[in-house]
Amino acid sequence: MMSSRTKQYGTIAVGALLSLMTDVAGAAWELNLQSPVTPIAMEILELHNLIMLVCLVIFVVVFGVMFYSVYAHRKSKGYQAAQFHDSTAMEIVWTIIPFVILIGMAIPSTATLINMEDTTESDLTVKITGYQWKWRYDYLDHDVTFFSTLSTPRSQIENTEPKGEHYLLEVDKPIVLPTNKKIRFLITANDVLHAWWVPKLGVKKDAIPGYINESWAYIEEAGIYRGQCAELCGKDHGFMPIVVEAVSEQEFDTWVSAQQNVQVAAAGEADRTWTMDELLERGKEVYGQCMACHGATGEGVPGAFPAIAGSAIATGPVDGHLDLVMNGKPGTTMQAFKEQLSDADIAAVITYQRNSFGNSTGDMVQPPQVKALR
Amino acid sequence: MAYADTAHHDDHHHGPPAGFMRWVTTTNHKDIGTMYLIFSLVMFFVGGLMAIVIRAELFQPGLQVVDPHFFNQMTTLHALVMIFGAVMPGFVGFANWQIPMMIGAPDMALPRLNNWSFWILPFAFTLLLGSLFVPGGGPSAGWTLYAPLSVQGGMSVDMTILSIHMLGISSVLGAINIVVTILNMRAPGMGLMKLPLFVWTWLITAYLLIAVMPVLAGVVTMLLTDRHFGTAFFDPAGGGDPVLFQHVFWFFGHPEVYILILPAFGVISQIIPTFSRKPLFGYTSMVLAVAAIAFLSFIVWAHHMFTVGMPLAGELFFMYATMLIAVPTGVKVFNWVSTMWRGSMTFETPMLFAVSVVFLFTIGGLSGLMLAIVPADFQYHDTYFVVAHFHYVLFSGSIMAMMGATYYWLPKWAGYMYDEKLGKIHFWLTAIFFNITFFPQHFLGLAGMPRRIPDYALQFTEFNVVSSLGAFGLGLSQLLFAYIVVKTIRGGEKATDTVWDGAEGLEWTLPSPPPYHTFATPPQIR
Repeated sequence: MMSSRTKQYGTIAVGALLSLMTDVAGAAWELNLQSPVTPIAMEILELHNLIMLVCLVIFVVVFGVMFYSVYAHRKSKGYQAAQFHDSTAMEIVWTIIPFVILIGMAIPSTATLINMEDTTESDLTVKITGYQWKWRYDYLDHDVTFFSTLSTPRSQIENTEPKGEHYLLEVDKPIVLPTNKKIRFLITANDVLHAWWVPKLGVKKDAIPGYINESWAYIEEAGIYRGQCAELCGKDHGFMPIVVEAVSEQEFDTWVSAQQNVQVAAAGEADRTWTMDELLERGKEVYGQCMACHGATGEGVPGAFPAIAGSAIATGPVDGHLDLVMNGKPGTTMQAFKEQLSDADIAAVITYQRNSFGNSTGDMVQPPQVKALR
Repeated sequence: MAYADTAHHDDHHHGPPAGFMRWVTTTNHKDIGTMYLIFSLVMFFVGGLMAIVIRAELFQPGLQVVDPHFFNQMTTLHALVMIFGAVMPGFVGFANWQIPMMIGAPDMALPRLNNWSFWILPFAFTLLLGSLFVPGGGPSAGWTLYAPLSVQGGMSVDMTILSIHMLGISSVLGAINIVVTILNMRAPGMGLMKLPLFVWTWLITAYLLIAVMPVLAGVVTMLLTDRHFGTAFFDPAGGGDPVLFQHVFWFFGHPEVYILILPAFGVISQIIPTFSRKPLFGYTSMVLAVAAIAFLSFIVWAHHMFTVGMPLAGELFFMYATMLIAVPTGVKVFNWVSTMWRGSMTFETPMLFAVSVVFLFTIGGLSGLMLAIVPADFQYHDTYFVVAHFHYVLFSGSIMAMMGATYYWLPKWAGYMYDEKLGKIHFWLTAIFFNITFFPQHFLGLAGMPRRIPDYALQFTEFNVVSSLGAFGLGLSQLLFAYIVVKTIRGGEKATDTVWDGAEGLEWTLPSPPPYHTFATPPQIR
């Protein structure tokens, strides 16, 4: 029998060993699903743990028998082979037992699934649209709209700078959601397939052009929850994360009105005339969205994504350039940016492209020109 | 009778013609089998090299080795090459060598067709791999070629589509040949319920191929017309439906995974009785289980797409149907274990591979059962958990079964024994490195790492390092396999006719190596 003191030392030793393994190495040897913050994610975790356990027990029993046989029934031990080769009774037994186990698994799975698919009686609806390679969030009840893109700098991805704590899982504008509300998501896509996945919410749904899929979450804890696009969507599939910021209802309301003010202010920008420097400065910022395909210096990827530097479009007539950026090119990755960018942004980015990377047309595009083409 | 006499008269030359033309013009099942197997081994290394590129990029967070566009080409081509270049032709190679010798037939039923089915392959793969060198690079939409992403790709997608058409023709012709051979060319007395299990699994596999390869051809043709001829099957702007692509693709795709694994079940069912020195347990139930699995494979396709937003009833149907597959699969595993039970076992290399296939495949089978549970699948889908799952069934199922089959039958074909010591070293290196590579991927998937990404968040670093190191070891170990095979063909200790102590079946009644033409006179089956 172990004395209480030995037990205590044992506990301390195990605890020290565990903390050594995690702290010293700074390692994240995560073995299971992320800790849930919604009732659905909790149900999924419990279901996962249950079936995992059942599978493990079956595995140990079956292979316990097999390895005993491997150990005991060897020719080298002089074991003589029996010659039986059939048993209808056994066959029936090991058909029925798995069947019963499966029914045992199917019942809780069905219950959880029915719950997951019930998107009725929601308090708030957010429409989520996947683009190559960013997410757009429309708060249908509040008239708030914005895009959310990766904010990890290229220098970290290209290993010229140390990587931050949330490397590849950080965005410029997170989707902000209230806690303790049933939030319904309407999920769709603008170009190719994407999938909106936040593990801690237990939500993963494909974003499909022409479809509006539904899902829901009831977040019980305030916090920041990170996820990623889960369906291959082209070159930067690995670089379109999702960040959810769950806040209290009051904070959410404050955030909503701030967003509404920002949108009003942005609308005013379209009516004034901009200087070249202003256009170039804003254009450089907006160009971040073009960079994924066309490259940091407009060089493109030969054969896959055209160059901007010295291209016929960016050095030819302004109208052609405006048309391509605003309306996109169907059947390619080039999207219709008039749905994504403001008049000022489009004017700025076109001006920037026509006067950078060795292009020097001297052209300036003003926001009202863009507005006129809408 | 008269026909048989003439045939024999014309057949006085007992060896093949010499030189390169022998291989181009051959209609001999053994020659064609050899070509299929060499082709499969070459493709195994080509696809393996692509896997090494993938694992090298994923060794550390950040982009070091390749850019994301090329990374996507590697994941796409690794899968296409391994499935259509390594596993399928590999098993057809074993079928060509073994089926006539196991059923007491002189050759395949349609020898010229046999030649043609093989010779389509090098051209199809020249087209597929050549796509890497066209402007814009190779196909990058994943091996599933999901629309609309595949509609965006460059001319490499068209080359892939045409290559798939050629591969489909090759597979269907090969499958027809196998069905006709098994149904018509059995030696007198060889009833269907006396067929060796390897032949049974191939008969059912061949029917699956005939049923679903045209479906794949159909869906990629629709993709081709969407790309170039203005149709809108998969384009919602023209009234089409992107999800339609997935339904049709997986109607092919799910039977396809059984095309890849059923012949492996056949191989295991040959090897385990031999080295247990005991007949296969539950022969009839084994045949019925394979047939049941083949039937179920047609009604579970949508479990690959639970997150597309199906109606609840659809999700429930596909969940229950998928779970049901565990029953016949369980029967097979229990029968293998019962065959071993109270046998008199020895553990030469083929047996080591067979036992580890039963053990490791079951891990993949159980994770498959977990994936069938829809609510849980919402977390697993499109993560590394899935990657781990299908490598447990495809690598430690299909490919390790083919390695076992090579050690099992190569002495018969070559007339020489392989080096048992090297064989065992190869087995242990493969089994250990395989697990180091793929077991950690279960954890990566559960922790939230999506598949098909070239770079990842920092919390996934540790297991990726382990997995990459395992992959490098796994790749290097296979060079040993190639060395052992070549060494065995070139010489060594002479193999006896029965080769193995407990071997049963017609192929073991022939000399080692068997003459160029065997069973010109059908054997008598007791």
